[in-house]
Amino acid sequence: MSALLDLTVLELGRAIRKGEVSPVEAVRAALAVAGDGCGGAFISLDAEEVVKRAKALENGAKKIENPLFGVPMALKDNICFTGLPTTCASEMLKNFRPPYDAYVVERLNNAGAICLGKTNMDEFGMGSTGETSVFGPVVNPWSPDRVAGGSSAGSAAAVSRGGCWYALGSDTGGSVRLPAAFCGLTGIKPTYGTVSRCGLVAYASSFDQIGPLSRDAADCAAVLDVIQGHDCRDSTSLPGAYGYLLAGLTGDIRGMRIGMPVQSFGDELDPEVRARVSEVADVLRNRGAVVEECELPALEYAVSAYYVMACAQAGSNLARYDGVRYGHRAPGCANPEELHMQSRTQGFGAEVKRRILLGTFVLSAGYYDDYYRKALMAREQIKQEFSRLLERYDLLLTPVAPGPAPRLGESLNDPKRMYLSDIYTVCANLTGLPALSMPCGFHSCGVPVGVQLTGPALGEDKVLNAAHAYQQETDWHRRRPECFGKGGTDRWSGRR
Amino acid sequence: MEWETVIGLETHVELATRTKIFCACSTKFGAPPNTQCCPVCMGMPGTLPVLNEKVVEYAVRTGLALNCEITKYNRFDRKNYFYPDLPKGYQTSQLYLPVARNGAVRIELENGREKDIGISEMHMEEDAGKLIHEPENGCTKVDYNRCGVPLIEIVTQPDFRDGEEVVAYLEELQSILQYLEVSDCKLQEGSLRCDVNLSVRPVGSAQLGSRTEMKNLGSFRAVRRAVAYESQRQIAVLESGGAVLQETRRWDEDRNKSVSMRAKENARDYRYFPEPDLPPLRLDEAYLELLRQQPELAGEKRRRYRQEYGLPAYDADMLTGQKALAEFFEETVARGADPKTASNWILGQVLRQLSQRNLEAKDMTLLPRTLARIIELVERGEINRNTGVQVFDGVFDGGDPEEYIKVNGLRQVSDPEQITRAVETVLKQNPGPVAEFRAGKEKSFGFLVGQTMRNLGGKGDSKQVNVILRNRLSEP
Repeated sequence: MSALLDLTVLELGRAIRKGEVSPVEAVRAALAVAGDGCGGAFISLDAEEVVKRAKALENGAKKIENPLFGVPMALKDNICFTGLPTTCASEMLKNFRPPYDAYVVERLNNAGAICLGKTNMDEFGMGSTGETSVFGPVVNPWSPDRVAGGSSAGSAAAVSRGGCWYALGSDTGGSVRLPAAFCGLTGIKPTYGTVSRCGLVAYASSFDQIGPLSRDAADCAAVLDVIQGHDCRDSTSLPGAYGYLLAGLTGDIRGMRIGMPVQSFGDELDPEVRARVSEVADVLRNRGAVVEECELPALEYAVSAYYVMACAQAGSNLARYDGVRYGHRAPGCANPEELHMQSRTQGFGAEVKRRILLGTFVLSAGYYDDYYRKALMAREQIKQEFSRLLERYDLLLTPVAPGPAPRLGESLNDPKRMYLSDIYTVCANLTGLPALSMPCGFHSCGVPVGVQLTGPALGEDKVLNAAHAYQQETDWHRRRPECFGKGGTDRWSGRR
Repeated sequence: MEWETVIGLETHVELATRTKIFCACSTKFGAPPNTQCCPVCMGMPGTLPVLNEKVVEYAVRTGLALNCEITKYNRFDRKNYFYPDLPKGYQTSQLYLPVARNGAVRIELENGREKDIGISEMHMEEDAGKLIHEPENGCTKVDYNRCGVPLIEIVTQPDFRDGEEVVAYLEELQSILQYLEVSDCKLQEGSLRCDVNLSVRPVGSAQLGSRTEMKNLGSFRAVRRAVAYESQRQIAVLESGGAVLQETRRWDEDRNKSVSMRAKENARDYRYFPEPDLPPLRLDEAYLELLRQQPELAGEKRRRYRQEYGLPAYDADMLTGQKALAEFFEETVARGADPKTASNWILGQVLRQLSQRNLEAKDMTLLPRTLARIIELVERGEINRNTGVQVFDGVFDGGDPEEYIKVNGLRQVSDPEQITRAVETVLKQNPGPVAEFRAGKEKSFGFLVGQTMRNLGGKGDSKQVNVILRNRLSEP
């Protein structure tokens, strides 16, 4: 079983299409891990339905020629899927079952993918550690007293533990890349507008983007090939994005120019992380790339600009949860005002409330110019600096996070510190650019360290190709935590 | 002290698109509650808006008709507030870059005076749902059918001075929107709603007084009365040494008074910010050029009818009152009818038929060529005018006038011998009136004409009847 779990998406997909492994076997292998606690990675799964789907694919008249055919995966619980509730890890949507599939789910279904279950996350995507879920925190597969990183914590932990071969997360300020880094996975936030947000429960509409978490760059390319593309139901969806990525993975990066913004290697950076990231530069140089230092002064505005805009949009996006049509409805309310107030007071957790309040404040009468407009200006400056840099460089190389995965509980009472840990990731959301996180070694505390590659708009091919070249040289992406593939006692108490 | 009233108007107009502004649900009025909504207009999690291009087209055409500058780089903004009829907790509207700005509408007043009303801006937005209160069981229900129905809001400058001007503007606006066919403009269905911003100031003062906003004006009558009431109320407050509170007031039509709804300090903070789910909307010159080819509006038609056709102002006003009527008139004239004659027929006979049947001009089946034919037959003397009316009534719902005349034997009698025979008979039968006429009583002549026409079955050529009768009477 464990050998099966150790395969990459591409390897398993190939074995399934050749008939060496059946989708049902794959599903059962994954369920043994996923359905067994799995470090709090899953919120819901329906083992019976999943096996049924696997059997249907197995017996289906037409075999779909897609690398994802028959390969079990998981969805972050803010991506709508008719088969299971979509809770956003919130009391507010605990019993919400969407009557529609997200665009990405439609695409995956057409490719013959099998959705195993919905993964745990920070409530509504708000958190960098995976601890704000109403269902409890997700623990780091490499170190049980540390966080898995957020907000797509469950998606990362599920793949890292062998509960599935890949998972979809969403990335608003680093929510795919941060957990990928902390759990030793490869994850990519694609160019804004290349993957439809239709059916993704909104946190901050300008930044939200769905992306895959998997074991290596090639798997990410295979998943992006399926989920990207224009969708007329998302007005921010780009017309015709990029060609097939998997086919372009040559590993040839000779002559590629890579910049390392010195501002991303400041005093706040953990020295071990700095060392690991510098070693990545050496590996890439050895493969023929030109890596040099460059300047990104606007970085200092990134976190502030991001949180002002993200919270403002979140406050508005989450206004629909009023207890009237769906979601948590406070009992015994005398009038609509009370119903709104009580339902929201009871339905949202502390971090969500904090961001709604922040967002409400920055948009209040007289403050728009001081905050939102300033943030828009900062965003514009950051965009311009990035586009100037990306005229000179093919890619930018930075850390993913300033330090290793924090200990559980450490960040919850220090939101400012948690927000600051997003400094390297939020830039890709502010600019809309594609950015990938991949493992590049370990911290002395025992958890993986990640490195980030940022490319030009629609430059996913460059980003993935550089990562692929790196992964041809190194084996960090092949390391598995001790808990990998292990089923424990039947601690699962969720929906089955 | 002499006071001057200053009024500005905010008018919401429901656009007559088939589908809603951000989804494909029907906009039809009057469907059972919550049968015309989908996850998008219900604001379900994960749903996104897609802008209906027809809404943009209608809005731009209206903006052009209001002589506005059209914004080429448009954006939508979110207006945030909580209310159970607002599923997303915000209304997608336009604050920072409205689709049209700086326009003007020319209104005509009673005494023929004209005045330009400035339009400060016009923007696109979505409508909200409707709360249905059921006091009998203490419960309130929500109907989301109207959620996402497209609206434009037209904001004027404070250019009005009294209720007459406000109503003239609303009528002109209604006419423009109907001519453009962008809205049904039905007040009772709420497809045209207006809020009145009103303040008073001493005559000659350049400064505006503290203003109130009046809501719930369900008819033109209500608008007129509310303006008069509110103006008097504010003057009374000021004359008694008080100050007008800046507030939102509600017009109570039954009690004929306005009541305070919300003071300024309780005004909502809408926390506007750019709508991130919709990219900026760019309108290029080619698109605007296409939409500039607009149908002729009522005002232009009125002027043209007076100048080109020489119609009196009354005729021009009446004909252009309904677009369908104006079109009917123009087609009748195009088929050879004399404009004034056609106008007389339309304002007389056509309107009579329509009011008898309780129809609107756009619903009638009478063809312009049928009326033109009847007018021609009367002109040529084949039937007289009275028979013409009889034929008109006979073919109003369809039918060929000449066929009708033939079948009903209505052709005019113009044979002098036949008329002379009829005159002889009448003179013989009515020696009294004949004697009276000869004694100088002109009135008796009319009686004898009537008798002759009756003898001819009403089909006599009245001119010939007159001539022959007079000649015969002047003989000894």
